Amino acid sequence: MEHLLGTGVSKGIAIGSVLVKKENSSDFLKKSITDVAYEWNRFLKAKEVGKQQLEVLVQQSREAIGEDEAQIFEAHILILEDEELANLIKIQIDNQKKNTEWAVHEAAEHFAVMLEGLEDAYLKERAHDIRDVAARLIRILSGADKQEIPVLEEPCIIVARDLMPGEMIHINKELVMGIITEAGAKTSHTAILAKAMGIPAIVGAEGILGKVKDHEIIVFDGEFGSIFICPEKNVLDQYKQKLESMNSQKKELEGFKDKASVTKDGIKVELFGNMASIAELPGLIENGAQGIGLFRTEFLYTTQASAPTEEEQFEIYKHTAEKLQGKTVIIRTLDIGGDKEIPYLGLDKEENPFLGCRGIRLCFDNIEIWKVQLRALLRASIYGDIKIMLPMISVMEEVRKAKEIICEVKAELKNSGIAYNEKLEIGIMIETPAAAVLADAMASEVDFFSIGTNDLIQYTLACDRMNPKISNLYSQFNPSVLRLIKHIIDTGHEYGIKVGMCGEAAGDARLIPLFVGMGLDEFSMNTSALLEAKKTVTQISKQEMSEVVPEILRLKTTNEIEKYLCNLA
Amino acid sequence: MTQTTIEIKNNEGLHARPASEFSKATMKYKSDIKVYKNGQEKAYNPKSILSIMSMGAVKGDVLRIEASGEDEAAAIEDLKTILESFNQ
Repeated sequence: MEHLLGTGVSKGIAIGSVLVKKENSSDFLKKSITDVAYEWNRFLKAKEVGKQQLEVLVQQSREAIGEDEAQIFEAHILILEDEELANLIKIQIDNQKKNTEWAVHEAAEHFAVMLEGLEDAYLKERAHDIRDVAARLIRILSGADKQEIPVLEEPCIIVARDLMPGEMIHINKELVMGIITEAGAKTSHTAILAKAMGIPAIVGAEGILGKVKDHEIIVFDGEFGSIFICPEKNVLDQYKQKLESMNSQKKELEGFKDKASVTKDGIKVELFGNMASIAELPGLIENGAQGIGLFRTEFLYTTQASAPTEEEQFEIYKHTAEKLQGKTVIIRTLDIGGDKEIPYLGLDKEENPFLGCRGIRLCFDNIEIWKVQLRALLRASIYGDIKIMLPMISVMEEVRKAKEIICEVKAELKNSGIAYNEKLEIGIMIETPAAAVLADAMASEVDFFSIGTNDLIQYTLACDRMNPKISNLYSQFNPSVLRLIKHIIDTGHEYGIKVGMCGEAAGDARLIPLFVGMGLDEFSMNTSALLEAKKTVTQISKQEMSEVVPEILRLKTTNEIEKYLCNLA
Repeated sequence: MTQTTIEIKNNEGLHARPASEFSKATMKYKSDIKVYKNGQEKAYNPKSILSIMSMGAVKGDVLRIEASGEDEAAAIEDLKTILESFNQ
């Protein structure tokens, strides 16, 4: 048995036999040729075929995975059709008398090496794209393009140096139980795609190719990155048990997919989903999300080298609204701060980024970028029930200023004759104690609240959740936090507006009964928490829970509350 | 031949979307267009996205654009406007 550690990027246990994916770009024949016209013609034909393949991939990934992934292949088309790349290939054929495969390889390497030599991290990574395009051309030329991943006949775990997006999308989800690659990091294409496809995966498993052979048994945990090659019986049994209990739990929960989220005493509770990328939409819908309670738009900004354009955002918001078929989609405008590195925003390093220029404050500071997002949101609002949510509100002036700017954008659209939903609702995140205390004033000027528990806990307890020295302080069972939440819900209802919650606490099965008792209208959580939340809702009575709320809120410590709620479950 | 020079002023330099927008714009013109960086001798072909990316232009670099052909004046004017729009 051998143990290896990689970076877990897609949760789940995988047990199966290894299939090593061979590198196909390097195994082509190098030979000298005489008929240069013939070779050039082969290139032109391969280029045409490659373009057709990529166009299909753009289409497929746009439908099955998401816009970000589709753009990867669109960029590949640009590279494939590049004038200078073609020139260099022609020179290699005409002057060096290399066969087409060889010429393509040489020309692509020329550009890839040049890009790798640049300082810029983004451009460095494009070398990968050029090699992917060259590999595609070579596969077409040598007739090896029929199947990008070897034909699978039985379930397996794929082990590879790296998987190109073009290969990932062809993976058969039924037969691939897991993926391990030597290359890659948390943000690599492999990681993002594996997660979106629900396949357990580990990247950055250095040296694994030298240690495994086809058909060997391997066990790994896609959450923690642990890999066992030819595991001993006790390890194998332990993981089998873990997998079985995960599967039976999953099966039980799947029974709740089509059930209504109604309490025992007949009260409907709205269970919404949180998302950061449209890749998550199919999973959310499949798991019965009744709406989107939090669309974190930061991802659109942090995964690109420049701010997303209005058109790009419009397409993404429109797609989301249409997929939800008239159900609510709450989109939170850009929420970032100095802890993130976004070169094109030129953010200053701050001493205290969590108390600094972030959320709505940063949007006011980058008004043009924010207006682009608002325009895209407003334009998309006619395709479904989109609502705008403002992050990090702490004073009333921010609410008013934000609404003013939204009005300006509306007026601009109106002047240009562009349609938007006139009744579009504007709500705010309640995530600072200041906003919570002033909930009555806030409620009188906005259309809804959504409680952001992660930040509310952090700011209420003055406790950085990432600091291990004080991690015992940070708790969603804290009585101060829970009393604030009760106050926010009551005040919202007094003013006739809906109150939702989109922090991690909203998906915590131990707290859901308490929040149902407090009358929270909508719970928004990650895909993985939805079914269990529904199970919890169907097992409680709202009436009974509302009766014990005062008793729980009289408890004085985090521990007492946690104990009380755990005993309920 | 018509030419112009422009300094790159935006933080991200000339890559990703600006690079491909610039590249696509040059393809509309019949003229032979070349880009030189910081007075160096090497000419880059703006009709090739790979050539533009491998130029690796960053903030502070000065680009000289040269066009020769029937639509050279229009091309230079258009390309200058596009590059300037990235600087805003």
